[in-house]
Amino acid sequence: MKTQRLAVVSSLALTGVLALAGCGGGNSGSTNPGGGGGETQAAESGDGNCFSGNLTAEGSSAQKNAFEEAVNLYSENCQDAKISYNPTGSGAGIKQFIAGQVNFAGSDSALKTEAKDGKIEQQQADAACASPAWNIPMVTGPIAIAYNVPGVEKLTLTPAVTADIFTGKVKTWNDPAIAKVNAGVNLPATPIKPFFRSDESGTTENFTKYLAAAAPKNWTAEPAKKWSGKGQGVEKSAGVTNGVKGTEGGITYTELSYAKDAGLKYAQIDNGAGPVELTGESVGKAVAAAKPAGEGNDLKLKLDYATKEAGAYPILLVTYEIVCSTYKDQATGTNVRSFLTSFASQDTQTAIEEIGYAPLPAEVRSKVETAIAAIK
Amino acid sequence: MTSVTGVSAPDPSPTSSVASRSTGRLGDRVFSGLSIGAGTLVVVLVLLIGLFLVTQAVPALQRNEVNFLTSSEWTVSGEHPRFGVAGLLWVTVVSSIIAMLLAVPVGVAVALFLTQYAPTWLARPAAGTIDLLAAVPSIVYGLWGLRQFGPVLVPVQQFFAQYFGWIPIFAPNNGLSGNVSTIFVVGVVLAIMILPIVTALSREVFAQTPRAHIEGAMALGATKWETIRTAVLPFGKPGVISAAMLGLGRALGETLAVTIILATLAPGTPWVASLFNGGETFASKIANNAGEFDTPQKTGAFLAAGLVLFLLTFVVNAIARIVIERRKAFSE
Repeated sequence: MKTQRLAVVSSLALTGVLALAGCGGGNSGSTNPGGGGGETQAAESGDGNCFSGNLTAEGSSAQKNAFEEAVNLYSENCQDAKISYNPTGSGAGIKQFIAGQVNFAGSDSALKTEAKDGKIEQQQADAACASPAWNIPMVTGPIAIAYNVPGVEKLTLTPAVTADIFTGKVKTWNDPAIAKVNAGVNLPATPIKPFFRSDESGTTENFTKYLAAAAPKNWTAEPAKKWSGKGQGVEKSAGVTNGVKGTEGGITYTELSYAKDAGLKYAQIDNGAGPVELTGESVGKAVAAAKPAGEGNDLKLKLDYATKEAGAYPILLVTYEIVCSTYKDQATGTNVRSFLTSFASQDTQTAIEEIGYAPLPAEVRSKVETAIAAIK
Repeated sequence: MTSVTGVSAPDPSPTSSVASRSTGRLGDRVFSGLSIGAGTLVVVLVLLIGLFLVTQAVPALQRNEVNFLTSSEWTVSGEHPRFGVAGLLWVTVVSSIIAMLLAVPVGVAVALFLTQYAPTWLARPAAGTIDLLAAVPSIVYGLWGLRQFGPVLVPVQQFFAQYFGWIPIFAPNNGLSGNVSTIFVVGVVLAIMILPIVTALSREVFAQTPRAHIEGAMALGATKWETIRTAVLPFGKPGVISAAMLGLGRALGETLAVTIILATLAPGTPWVASLFNGGETFASKIANNAGEFDTPQKTGAFLAAGLVLFLLTFVVNAIARIVIERRKAFSE
């Protein structure tokens, strides 16, 4: 007994010492170079890479939790950095970025290059930066198709069946279309009750993009932030998962973390190469299979939702950090670079996997790191 | 905005005589300056809000390709915007009517109980408790309605759908009758939200019934109920109406609770008269989409809906004023 307690105490002490050592390392890293310059705002060092001051970002609510996690990890080493993120929505974030109100924006889709109401986002952003604005993929959020059908532990859906469910064509759970892809599963005759997001959201946009790409015959509506299928709308991700949880026969699309929190089961997707379960790895495969759509360090991706690659989970959204390639204020550029480097690091990417996101696959991550290092 | 002031005071309003009786002393001038300033400020604020709504809404309305008042389409982006508020108007008005039908009789009854029947030791704490309802934040009402209270109402809803389903407003509706996210549930929750407003104001006016009226009625041999009917209620009527209007203003504009509870319908869902249906009110529609106002046209379209709500509240208040004024003309 006594020895055991001693062991606990000593191990605690050890962790304490290690933690202190970590602190010390970080601190010295941040203060050393600052010492010479005196009042440098962005003190960059060899390994610590800390800055002191403010960094503001705004945009997509899909990456809110990941961003907060990244900020937490970053400020463990760099306590003087104040990073704030305002999750007002992708559109609002880009608007604020163009208006110069925030240092960078988070958006579920890359800056648009075609005109919308007479304005081209990419051009506006370039003008605001006085240099090309880059889209840097940072957070991948898998979209789960969560359902509540008692007795059905495992469900496989194909894009066509999914589209038919969400357009109201398939009305009951024991419909032959569902039974065909779920051999051996005992499906009840419960009516299917689809739930959708009543607020405009990037999740809806990416889910409908998937349906339109993978099942173009069954889903004919234009992908948009506003829902165009059938069902009943509830506010925000928490609302739809709560709705499904309370409704037998309910089904919805939602970020994985919310489905997990609500304890809902989510479907495997069969895009043509067999059922794929939603895991960090299977999502990573889909991200790695995406084609680059930008040039150079503008890393916007063209996701292949209809991908038939084995083991790739195709329904996901990628949140980009939209940055200036060259900031007008050099210190800001350094700060953005410092924080994003930490965000893209292996440690942070692993940490956000635990809260329902998927880490960037290695090859994409290395490109992201190169792009971040080139921010001035 | 919803200021229909209590006009139950028996004295004629002495506003005009005060100004002329000013002595020209410093205190008088400062005070009249302050009160004129405050009065002007309110009017200017309302006008500015109206102006903001109009300036934002007009450009979008000019490009609208369907009738703004009769259509229930809602496509606000792109070259060919088509949007109208018919659906929003229906849900907003109907949910508020349900709220009024429930809250006003109950509120008046509670106020009568507190002022006429309850012993003093009970009246005060009971009144305080009801006022406390007004202090509950609307998000709490929303979550409570969705998770706790709504499920209790579902059997009621199913009962009506089953036995009174032949009346269009109770018609059973594709799956939503068994659901908490209906206009009916929203109406009942709104009723609870406005109950303290109706009760508190009605209580104030009932308590002011002149002693002479009550004693006169009793001297003529009226029972308690007859006294209330002939003395208290007629005296308090304008006050009750203004209380109801304040409550209605709250119900029409309530955002958060409605947004949380009410299910949105998929675009293109045909309109049905059933109360056991989802939908959106003006306020919940704007709240649901405020995060993604990315173009002036889109913002304008939503603010145009806000403008309709603004005008609706004005119209309702104006009607209430007319009712109260007529009532005053008769009683004098």
